Amino acid sequence: MSAFADIAGPTEPRIPPAGARWKARRHPSVIPGFGLTLGLTLSWLALIVLIPVAGLFLKSTELSFDQFWSIVTSRRSLHAFQISFGLSLVAAAINLVFGTLIVWALVRYEFPGRRIFDAIIDIPFALPTAVAGIALTTLFAENGWLGSPLALLGIKVSFTPLGILMALIFIGLPFVVRTVQPVLLDLEVELEEAAMTLGANRWQVFAKVIMPIVVPALLTGFALAFARAVGEYGSVIFIAGNLPNVSEIAPLLIVIRLEEFKYADATALAVVMLLASFALLLAINRLQQWSEARTARG
Amino acid sequence: MSVMTSAIVARVPSALVGTPHVRREPVFVRWAIIAISLVFLTIFLVLPLAAVFMQAFARGIGPYLGALTHPDAVAAIQLTLLVAAISVSLNLVFGLIAAWAIAKFEFPGKGILVTLIDLPFSISPVISGLVFVLLFGAQGFFGAYLQAHDIKIIFALPGIVLATLLVTFPFVARELIPLMKEQGTQDEEAAISLGASGLQTFFRVTLPNVKWALLYGALLCNARAMGEFGAVSVVSGHIRGETNTMPLHIEILYNEYQFMASFAVASVLALLALLTLIAKAVLERTTRHS
Repeated sequence: MSAFADIAGPTEPRIPPAGARWKARRHPSVIPGFGLTLGLTLSWLALIVLIPVAGLFLKSTELSFDQFWSIVTSRRSLHAFQISFGLSLVAAAINLVFGTLIVWALVRYEFPGRRIFDAIIDIPFALPTAVAGIALTTLFAENGWLGSPLALLGIKVSFTPLGILMALIFIGLPFVVRTVQPVLLDLEVELEEAAMTLGANRWQVFAKVIMPIVVPALLTGFALAFARAVGEYGSVIFIAGNLPNVSEIAPLLIVIRLEEFKYADATALAVVMLLASFALLLAINRLQQWSEARTARG
Repeated sequence: MSVMTSAIVARVPSALVGTPHVRREPVFVRWAIIAISLVFLTIFLVLPLAAVFMQAFARGIGPYLGALTHPDAVAAIQLTLLVAAISVSLNLVFGLIAAWAIAKFEFPGKGILVTLIDLPFSISPVISGLVFVLLFGAQGFFGAYLQAHDIKIIFALPGIVLATLLVTFPFVARELIPLMKEQGTQDEEAAISLGASGLQTFFRVTLPNVKWALLYGALLCNARAMGEFGAVSVVSGHIRGETNTMPLHIEILYNEYQFMASFAVASVLALLALLTLIAKAVLERTTRHS
């Protein structure tokens, strides 16, 4: 299961009669502890998440707009954003294509080892990012299992932007697979039978019956993989080579500025990343609502 | 869990009757899709995992054990276990409390609250560490106060725990909330009307109902807590034998070209990841039978 999917939970499409909410309030639940548990939840949330995040925004107000702007639009920052966002987009697109094929194979076909391959999809969720980072670096190094055949073809992966791409594909894959898999599993065979009885061929069934149902889930998976890749740090920094303006990702630039005690720079870059995360979170919520409405799940 | 249960329910008929005829693609299409999928999964998932263990045992079992029993490695393992124990138990308590409030009651703004609980998933780990440096670091909002009172948070255990807590914040709650919503409030209402107190109802009715989801959430939370790298790296200060967790120790060894030792420590975390996945599969089977 995706650690990240169904964020908002099922939405209830019922329309309450006028005044129903007030009626519910007049007949309070017999279950005790509402005030206590809600109070504790809000306090703990504020303490661990909301206040620290608010602190970041507060810190950024110590900068004037011009200072902020010159930090985030400096050559090195722009390159870092370009690498993080650009490669994340490419990685998510690659995961979209291969993730769809993998879901199709896992859901529709029987082959030896299917259950094991299904289980290992979650490895990127469970394997610590630093472990993934050094493993991928070794694998794609010029004397590595995959790096040496690629080197013969003149392709260098480790310590180049291509290496970053490999790491981002690795961490994003389960988001696409685990979002699309349940939708394809729930697809009723009657729909496809009906289309075929009406004269559609296999390709038309796929393009006109299956795809429209699966598309919202595909886009959700794509957005989740993209969001995760943009902020990724651990699995990337080992394989990236980390050359400024070439293979330096935005999260690494934040760490570098912090180690140089340039707190203002780190804060400004972090604010941009955080705003992008918020926008993505909103988009993902919308996509999931759309997906649930389309498949009438929950 | 709902995703997985539905997956299992739908899989049973196709296993019994085979793929329905209308769903059959031409043989070569089928083979091509399976082949491409397996090659992709092998390159990106199987080979990296295999590489970890191959490199770890590259010089045999003796040097492997030597790397794991090195005092710095032992200190890193101990710190990681301590941080995971603290953050998993706090998250278990918080997860249960939050799920109780959200699943058993109706109130305005619930959707926003659920989204806020999930927020840490979409924050870059580096930023999850940075926010605590800005609060408690030497230049931070409370930096001067903490220094005056000789309290160390950043570059010390409390900072590492805080960063881990932020990163793992949603794990337990998000497993419990959908399940407890699905179970509704009837069991609890029955218990209360039969005279049970709130705590009795919680411990004897609600907790047994969600025990597997709770365990599952704890497992995922633990895997992330032990493996967190970015957030912890920012707040730890990388003091060997003191504030180095296992992932940070892996990084240091790797950057010093002690590859075998680095992979030896990494293999322990990889094993933990594999055990987590196996436990997940077993738990899914258990909940399917009940």
